Amino acid sequence: MSAGTITPYRSAQPAGHDGFPQLLRAEWIKFRSVRGWIIGVVVAGLLMLAVGLLGVQASIACSSGPHAPVKHGAACVTPVPIGPGGEPVSDSFYFVRQPLTGNGSITAQVTSLTGVQQSAAPSGPNTAQTQAGPHVLQPWSKAGIIIKQSTKQGSAYAAMMVTGGNGVRMQYDYTQDIAGIPGKVSAVHPRWLRLTRSGDTITGYDSADGFHWTRVGSADLAGLPSTVQVGLFATSPMHVYESSSFGSGNYNGVNTIATGVFDHVGVSGQHGGAWAGAAVGGSQGLGPNGPGDSYQQAGGSFTVTGSGDIAPVTAGPGSSVGPSGTIEQHLVGTFAGLIAVVVIATMFITAEYRRGMIRLTLAATPRRGRVLAAKAVVIGAVTFVLGLIAAIIAVLIGTRLSANQGIYVFPVSWQTEARVLLGTAAVLAVGAVLALAVGTILRRSAAAITVVIAGVVLTYILAMASLVPLPVAEWLLRVTPAAGFAIQQSLPRWPQVTGVYGLPQYYPLSPWAGFAVLCGYAVVAMGLAVLLLRRRDA
Amino acid sequence: MNHAPPAIQAGPSAAHAAPPGRRGALRAGLAAMPGTLHAEWTKLRTVSGTAWLLAGVVTATAAVSAAAVAATKCTTGLGCPADPTKLSLTGVYLGQAVVAILAVLAVSNEYSTGMVRVTLAAMPRRLAVLAAKAAIVGAMVLVAGAVAVAASLLAGRLMLPGNGFTAAHGFAALSLAHGPTLRAACGSVLYLALIAIFSLGIATAVRDSAVAIGLSLGLLYLPPILIALTVTNPVWLHRLQRYTPMTAGLTIQNTTGLHGLPITPWAGLGVLALWAAAALLTGGLLLRVRDA
Repeated sequence: MSAGTITPYRSAQPAGHDGFPQLLRAEWIKFRSVRGWIIGVVVAGLLMLAVGLLGVQASIACSSGPHAPVKHGAACVTPVPIGPGGEPVSDSFYFVRQPLTGNGSITAQVTSLTGVQQSAAPSGPNTAQTQAGPHVLQPWSKAGIIIKQSTKQGSAYAAMMVTGGNGVRMQYDYTQDIAGIPGKVSAVHPRWLRLTRSGDTITGYDSADGFHWTRVGSADLAGLPSTVQVGLFATSPMHVYESSSFGSGNYNGVNTIATGVFDHVGVSGQHGGAWAGAAVGGSQGLGPNGPGDSYQQAGGSFTVTGSGDIAPVTAGPGSSVGPSGTIEQHLVGTFAGLIAVVVIATMFITAEYRRGMIRLTLAATPRRGRVLAAKAVVIGAVTFVLGLIAAIIAVLIGTRLSANQGIYVFPVSWQTEARVLLGTAAVLAVGAVLALAVGTILRRSAAAITVVIAGVVLTYILAMASLVPLPVAEWLLRVTPAAGFAIQQSLPRWPQVTGVYGLPQYYPLSPWAGFAVLCGYAVVAMGLAVLLLRRRDA
Repeated sequence: MNHAPPAIQAGPSAAHAAPPGRRGALRAGLAAMPGTLHAEWTKLRTVSGTAWLLAGVVTATAAVSAAAVAATKCTTGLGCPADPTKLSLTGVYLGQAVVAILAVLAVSNEYSTGMVRVTLAAMPRRLAVLAAKAAIVGAMVLVAGAVAVAASLLAGRLMLPGNGFTAAHGFAALSLAHGPTLRAACGSVLYLALIAIFSLGIATAVRDSAVAIGLSLGLLYLPPILIALTVTNPVWLHRLQRYTPMTAGLTIQNTTGLHGLPITPWAGLGVLALWAAAALLTGGLLLRVRDA
């Protein structure tokens, strides 16, 4: 009677792995085996493309004069000068110059900077009413000395200048800006400016009295030819004012001119004789009926008047380029795709609750946090890949179509383009994870989908479609998950350019800060979802 | 002896009295309507979500309206939004989303729990069931919408003068005695009710709450962005402004610059009514021909 121990039953099957890869595989199979979800993802991509490509503007027509033949489309794109850094720039000013060969320097005293602007509301088409005086000077009206590679627009330069509202500055190669002596220039408080060339390096100095000089900064202009143009310049950007504060607003712009008075102008080094004046970039002053660009010389004193700007160009109202677009304009369909993505991501969890599948899932994998993590990885990866493909196609086709229609698409560096494309995909992926988390918290599809769509998509629409006042729109794009769309902004803000940095080209938050806001929402929602999933009965 | 509640009595007795034929069926259906309405009212009333969602309609609408009013300053008299009534009703943009949930859940909850089979077994006249559901949801939203709109306008009336919307800048205080404001207020309430019918119809057609809510909100929110940012062809722009449910419907809120509108306020609301009718009709048709 051997009461031998009874061996408990063991399945002949080898024990299954229950690691995270298996969990991922399980969730991926759940996702791909629902036909409606696969269709939904494809629909999301198609929505992105369709809405984005709808955004390509209609072909524009133009003609170079009243009797010239009318041109259409690509023939209308006027070339925009490109700066040494590859960015589109504005390069229009009045230049009183002479050549300088080899090393040397230029020194000048500025005693006055005044402005004239067109009246904000001209009374008729042919009357150029103007206002003059220091009070109409633009903050970035400029007059000063410059060393420039050539008179070609977009060529390298370094300049020391007095400005309308930002004191003395040293600027070079369009994007660089260094502050010098603050305060306004006047006959009582003149400013002395000096630029010294030594090889490829140009150093700027300023002084209040002509004796005590302070080094402001130095510019390394690689590849500067041995003969460069040195001289005096004056320029003044367009004055743009807002005529409505609702939504993205209505803007009007008027031309302005700036006049600088120079004294004690001296050039040292091997330089060539007489001064010559020319308007670089064909700047026109206040238009055909107003005072134009010019210079006068009386002994060592110069009066130089010019208009335009030497700076990177900005998009939006008051931009110096004609009909223009940005690469992200073709990604406006992201929000439409996001609606579909949110629906699918929410159903990815709420369908489990509705069908009771969640009990099976949690019985198989009792570590509930990992289940949710696996779901997030799967839905995030699927929507990221989809979003990236759709974004690349939309930008590739969209920019080409826009160019054919005569729209100038702002060129951007490949790093920026990659950030915009990957960021668009990431917005979809993080939006999907947010929807998944909210779906887990609420466990009801309709409520969860509405919360996410209202939080991300509705706020974006209210802000971008000018349905709410501008301060509300900017506030919405700071504090709601819709801030994440800022990652699509391709053009930077330039502190040295007074542009209209408004929607839809410029978001109130920087690209990464905006994206961080969206991610913050997703992280908090995921944390809460994991907590509730662990605490509650399924 | 005959103390059966009228709601129950109405159905069978009317059915017995009805003469045969289509007209008879219709008359029988109408006679059974009070019972059907009562049943739908009971179903919606006894779900706790309904009360929360109705409160949500009021809160969401009033809160967003008040926030928009509070954030708008009119200091110089120049560049002020021209239409303070429309500004005070901004919350309808969010309120309609809550209305859509309420309407979608009224239908899709029945499908997700299987309740719809009981409903249709008890009340085999499917179109009557849908009509009763639409009537009850519509009536609930009318009441909640009236409260929400009144609260929004009250917020505008109290806060706008403090933000510079004064007589000195050419703005009168908001008042329902002002014809266009009264029209905007009543129209906004009707707008919310029509959004309920619209979403209800979509939910009946697609049956799944997630897809229904996505579709409803997509159809509402997609066109405004197309109008604002993408479509530049003036012909299509005009069509979108005239014939999409939200943009056309909300023209009812405009009280100034009426000549410049792409569609007149009441015609705009009419367009939304057509969308709602089409959605309800599609839902009704599918409800009739499909197995539940």
